[in-house]
Amino acid sequence: MGILFTGYAILDGFDLGTGPLLLCVEDDRERRVLFNAIGPIWNGNEVWLVTAGGALFAAFPAVYATVFSGFYDAFMLLLVALIFRAGAIEFRSQRPGRRWRTTWDVAFAISSLISALLLGVTLGNLVWGIPLDAGHELQGDLFTLLHPYALFTGVTVVALFIMHANVYLVLKTDGPLQEKVMRWTRLTVPAYLACFVVFNAITLLFCPHIEAALRWRPLILGGIFVVGLLVTFNILREVRKGNAGRAFVSSSLALALHMLLFGAAVYPVMVFSTPNHAYDMTIYNSVSTGKTLGFMFLVAIIGIPIVLTYTITVYYVFRGKVVLTDESY
Amino acid sequence: MNVEILSRIQFAMTISFHFLFPPLTIGLGVMLVIMQSLRVWTGKQLYSDMARFWTRVFGLIFAIGVATGIPMEFQFGMNWARYARFVGDIFGSPLAIEGIYAFFLESGFLALLLFGWHRIGPRIHLFSTCMVALGAHFSAIWILVANSWMQTPAGYHLARLVKLAADGRQFPMSADLGAQAFTLREVPLPTNYVVRPDELPHVRAVVDNFGDAILNPSTLDRLFHTVLACWIVGAFLVVAISAWWLLRGRHVASARASLKIGLAVATVACLLQMVAADSTARGVSRNQPTKLAAIEGLSSSRKEAGLSLVGMVRWKRDAAGQIVGIEEQTIRVPGLLSILVSGDFIHPLEASKTEVKGLSELPSNEFLRRRHPGATDAELATLRPQYWPNVPVVFQSYHIMIALGVSLTGIAILGCALWWTGRLFDTQTMFRRIFLRVLALCPVLAQVATQAGWFTAEMGRQPWVVYGVLKTADAASAVVKAPQVLSSIVMFALIYMLLTFLFLTVLARLIQKGPVSDQGGESLPEGWQPLSLKGGRHTEGGASSTP
Repeated sequence: MGILFTGYAILDGFDLGTGPLLLCVEDDRERRVLFNAIGPIWNGNEVWLVTAGGALFAAFPAVYATVFSGFYDAFMLLLVALIFRAGAIEFRSQRPGRRWRTTWDVAFAISSLISALLLGVTLGNLVWGIPLDAGHELQGDLFTLLHPYALFTGVTVVALFIMHANVYLVLKTDGPLQEKVMRWTRLTVPAYLACFVVFNAITLLFCPHIEAALRWRPLILGGIFVVGLLVTFNILREVRKGNAGRAFVSSSLALALHMLLFGAAVYPVMVFSTPNHAYDMTIYNSVSTGKTLGFMFLVAIIGIPIVLTYTITVYYVFRGKVVLTDESY
Repeated sequence: MNVEILSRIQFAMTISFHFLFPPLTIGLGVMLVIMQSLRVWTGKQLYSDMARFWTRVFGLIFAIGVATGIPMEFQFGMNWARYARFVGDIFGSPLAIEGIYAFFLESGFLALLLFGWHRIGPRIHLFSTCMVALGAHFSAIWILVANSWMQTPAGYHLARLVKLAADGRQFPMSADLGAQAFTLREVPLPTNYVVRPDELPHVRAVVDNFGDAILNPSTLDRLFHTVLACWIVGAFLVVAISAWWLLRGRHVASARASLKIGLAVATVACLLQMVAADSTARGVSRNQPTKLAAIEGLSSSRKEAGLSLVGMVRWKRDAAGQIVGIEEQTIRVPGLLSILVSGDFIHPLEASKTEVKGLSELPSNEFLRRRHPGATDAELATLRPQYWPNVPVVFQSYHIMIALGVSLTGIAILGCALWWTGRLFDTQTMFRRIFLRVLALCPVLAQVATQAGWFTAEMGRQPWVVYGVLKTADAASAVVKAPQVLSSIVMFALIYMLLTFLFLTVLARLIQKGPVSDQGGESLPEGWQPLSLKGGRHTEGGASSTP
């Protein structure tokens, strides 16, 4: 699960983050470069989400049921946002008109933003805890989920994805556009760092169950946190030195470490239940049978390396800077 | 309107719309493999342009298939949480496998197809096309495995979660053990155990043997039947657009070639479908006899059962308005249903003596008594209609599917006959022009047929969501309220209408442009991006060697 969701975050993170960044460039040509940076690969990136959802269903069906039905309205919005994103990319360049393209650009930016925000809100709620009853059913509605902590998590994830996208774009653009994009990193990286530090602070202050986890595993959690911070700092360093590739690796690594921090902090709980922690959903009480886990492990151990192989191949084919060809208009 | 019926409407709506697109991608995938193979084999520019055009169409359809597919995976958890909890141990795996083996394969290689025309040579292109087609078929396989398990569940047993006290005594989950320590244990339940709705939070289906679950009694039949249907839909799309171009006198060379390819595939698929459909129906008669009685409109069991060709089936109600049976008003071919059910075509006279059970005896008394212990036969007879699907509707949807399927087969064969006698492309005669117009309509007919088929399969499975095990009425999410589902239905309806409009607009423009030659591998006609992404090493218009 960790691998699938982390893979999703690393890959779809930068194309979700590209959305809001799109509105920061005015020129249609520059926007098309941004679109084409993610053009061939965004579909494959989204598959990580689908697969993660499927794997959740297979391995922890109770968590899948509780979260998806409990977060109904939020997930419905997420679906709408994802569908609009797909539509926006496909239909945007179909017509040359400025109004057509701007409308779809805005649609793409907003839907990417909402998707990232909602994913963050979901994550925040899992950490904060949601009111569950003995049957692991959510007691509450959409507004139960939109409390300040969850919203701030949403903001943090948005900041993270925008930073990640920023770094990716430094890698994929050249010329004056690249310079512009590089200048943005001076904003996006510190913004994320700030969010991240504040986020961890609030979590420790207000989530007693996380504070307890820190006391149990101070070295692991503290270690991951510090390394994560250093790697994030490194992004700026690499960008300044002009190593776009290393910057992107740093960014991906930072993302992975932050997912790891989350996982290590909450383990073995998957969904916290407040106020009654007796109804927490853990990897023990929400799991499928050993047979299913064994079967899925086999499936994954064969499948994921294959997937990684051709994913890397596809990225390799499209390596290098985005260049718009002349015949586009 | 309660949550269950609203959730059913939403699922039906979203899955019907979704299923307009994957069959096209699966069928077009096959067509693309053929076209790309011809391109590599003959090296002709005609096939190169053709492949390029149809790849663009493919890309458009694929994108909408994906956009409408994500809600499907989410919906199991969102609207049918009780179902998800109940079957997750078994049902979740095929979905996850579909993600890992099918979707990644399709999406990954599609990137090369759509954007890599100038980056990779024709052979790698062919390979990528094969991978995309393979991915599409894998996805069909795994989703059909999952759906077939709902129809003919196998390889599982039911199990109940209990509290196990330190002294080894088992208590139900609802028991309060006070301060006594306990662990949770899942204990198997006997075969044919009937789940009560109130037990559902603690009872679920647990896998015994994945092989049996995956290769359950109906998987293979339904797999072949559905994949062939997809080939038919995809092939007829190519046929239709080619026919349209011929009528308009445009892109004639390409249209002739693609019409032939499409017609060939369509005919082969239609003929094979006769066999697959027969096998599938026979499977239904064995594994889901109630469904067979419903789609054939058999009110009572009989030997020499006739095959219904067309007609109406109505509910028969008693004085209080309760359903007690069905009224058959159908035209039948005597004895044919019995012969088909037996599968023995060599000895038709004996085969026609096979008894086919009718609704008055289905489900059996034995089955009903397990759910209503202590009831008399008369009481069971009044309860029986609750276990029937919506017979009048599924009877019609089944016959619509067959009528369209047979018609399409006839059209395909006629097309082949005209092709063979060299008269297919003569657009001067009235007959030929009418025929081409009919061809242009065929994808619509094929789509209606697939929709009708799915309505038959899924409505025919009711009242069960897992046939014979879990009722649909017990499977909806507990925490979701009716207004939430109503708002999501409205959202989906609006968005899907928008998608339809955009899809048709873009498709129309694509067809208008048609397959256009790329000059020197550089120019892309307006109307369909993707743009070529260049960078690093790229080849000019194909795998030509550089001096």
